[in-house]
Amino acid sequence: MAEAVTFGIFAIVALAGAVTMLVAKNPVYSAVGLLSAMFALAVMYILLDAHLVAMVQVIIYAGAVMTLFLFVIMLIGVDNPNAYGPRPVSQSIVTWVVAGVFFAAIVLAGSGAWVTGSAAFGTADLNGTIENVADEMFGTWTIVFLSTVMLLTIAAVGTIALAYFTGADDDEAAA
Amino acid sequence: MSVFLDASIRTLLVFVFLLVTVLLLIWVERKFVSDLQNRVGPDRAGPWGILQSLADGVKAFFKESIRPTRAEFLLYAAAPIMALLPALLIFMVIPIGAPITVNGTEYELVGTDLNVGLLYVLALSSMAVYAVTLAGWASGSKYPLLGSVRASAQMISYEAAMGLALVPVVMFAGSTSIVAIVESQQGTFGGFIPAWNIVLLPSFVIFLIAGFAETNRAPFDLVEAESEIVGGYHTEYSGLTFALFFLAEYINVFNISALVAVLFLGGWAGPVFGPTWLEALLPIFWFLVKTWSIVLLFVWVRATLPRMRYDQLMSFGWKRLIPVSLAWIILVALALGVREFGAPWS
Repeated sequence: MAEAVTFGIFAIVALAGAVTMLVAKNPVYSAVGLLSAMFALAVMYILLDAHLVAMVQVIIYAGAVMTLFLFVIMLIGVDNPNAYGPRPVSQSIVTWVVAGVFFAAIVLAGSGAWVTGSAAFGTADLNGTIENVADEMFGTWTIVFLSTVMLLTIAAVGTIALAYFTGADDDEAAA
Repeated sequence: MSVFLDASIRTLLVFVFLLVTVLLLIWVERKFVSDLQNRVGPDRAGPWGILQSLADGVKAFFKESIRPTRAEFLLYAAAPIMALLPALLIFMVIPIGAPITVNGTEYELVGTDLNVGLLYVLALSSMAVYAVTLAGWASGSKYPLLGSVRASAQMISYEAAMGLALVPVVMFAGSTSIVAIVESQQGTFGGFIPAWNIVLLPSFVIFLIAGFAETNRAPFDLVEAESEIVGGYHTEYSGLTFALFFLAEYINVFNISALVAVLFLGGWAGPVFGPTWLEALLPIFWFLVKTWSIVLLFVWVRATLPRMRYDQLMSFGWKRLIPVSLAWIILVALALGVREFGAPWS
């Protein structure tokens, strides 16, 4: 009962946040909408006993990534909705088409058994605890995990390299 | 006891405890700073002025909350609440004493013992950034905006150092549950040195420094530097809305102090003796002694150190604290590996 009520409340929050993100005139409100959608998603993870994933969701996505978004929006000053005139029609058409495709994909995926089936981890009481996730990550899926680590490290190093070394004849960049 | 009733009572107790603590905390800070600066400090309301914060609270409650014409009202009104909620919620996972047995039932003296307790604290403190950022932006005024841009950069930077400082603690205790971390610090090394995590000294120092920065306290109070940007993000707030920000800031000071006490100073660990009722109360006493010592350290630092320059703040965070904590994590991991599996050459 409590689970169903919690799910209902945060499902509405997630949907309202997502819609706000799409239709808000002001980018800051879009960012806040996305933030509340992410936060509601973290509550969903808790309902699924995935406590670690929920906390990681809040720390990384709702915490770090969205703060960065908000920071950029405030710094480059696009938070004035009147500065750019109305949104072009083509953009709204593309938005709704993409949203429709995603909705169709979710409906399609939801009709399959693998979404509605029971948790893959068996019936352990707390199957999303740090110990269990670590066992899977460093036991069964070590190669996949390490490949992801490599991928992210390469991306981070590449970003720094692109930002620092703009050209061979640029003396200031090397300093 | 039903789950709902139990949870409601615990939440209410945490709330009341924090509010009473903050009333005391603000008075203690003002009195201690005035002692350090050779002033009298508040001495009118009640004996030694102890009711001063209560009087201030009542005053703020009856003042008008002015709404600036250029403010984005929705976010402007939401920001103080977004500041207060994480501050209140963080204390839910901090144990204030050893479990107490009353009439055969054991009660844990903590809001809730989360398996991911430390991550929960980090998650909520990253939520606190939004209150400052959005308050500054939604005020529609330049000093608050400057303050909030400073705040978001500062809080992200020092959050990284704070998280890294906690990694050795988690490795040492083998758990992220705060109750389990406190329990791992009971007992002694060699019979007389308390087995507190303060042996992880670099972590302790880095966490404390990052704590000063996270709570926007001196010497890291550039976010609300009065001499440069008026009041920073809360310049345009008045009356009750300002009081909420003020409350959140002081609750955060207490939270960080309590976290230092439970993570590094053994929490409720301490000598326990005497009759049964005293044995039950002494752990709470030790926890409060440790927490208030850190609170007084906060105040002392505020009265002693001048504000840092912004570039100093950034380079100190990224170029000193983070590399040192990364190196320290590697050292602790090596030491724990040797303890667990023996030296690599043996």
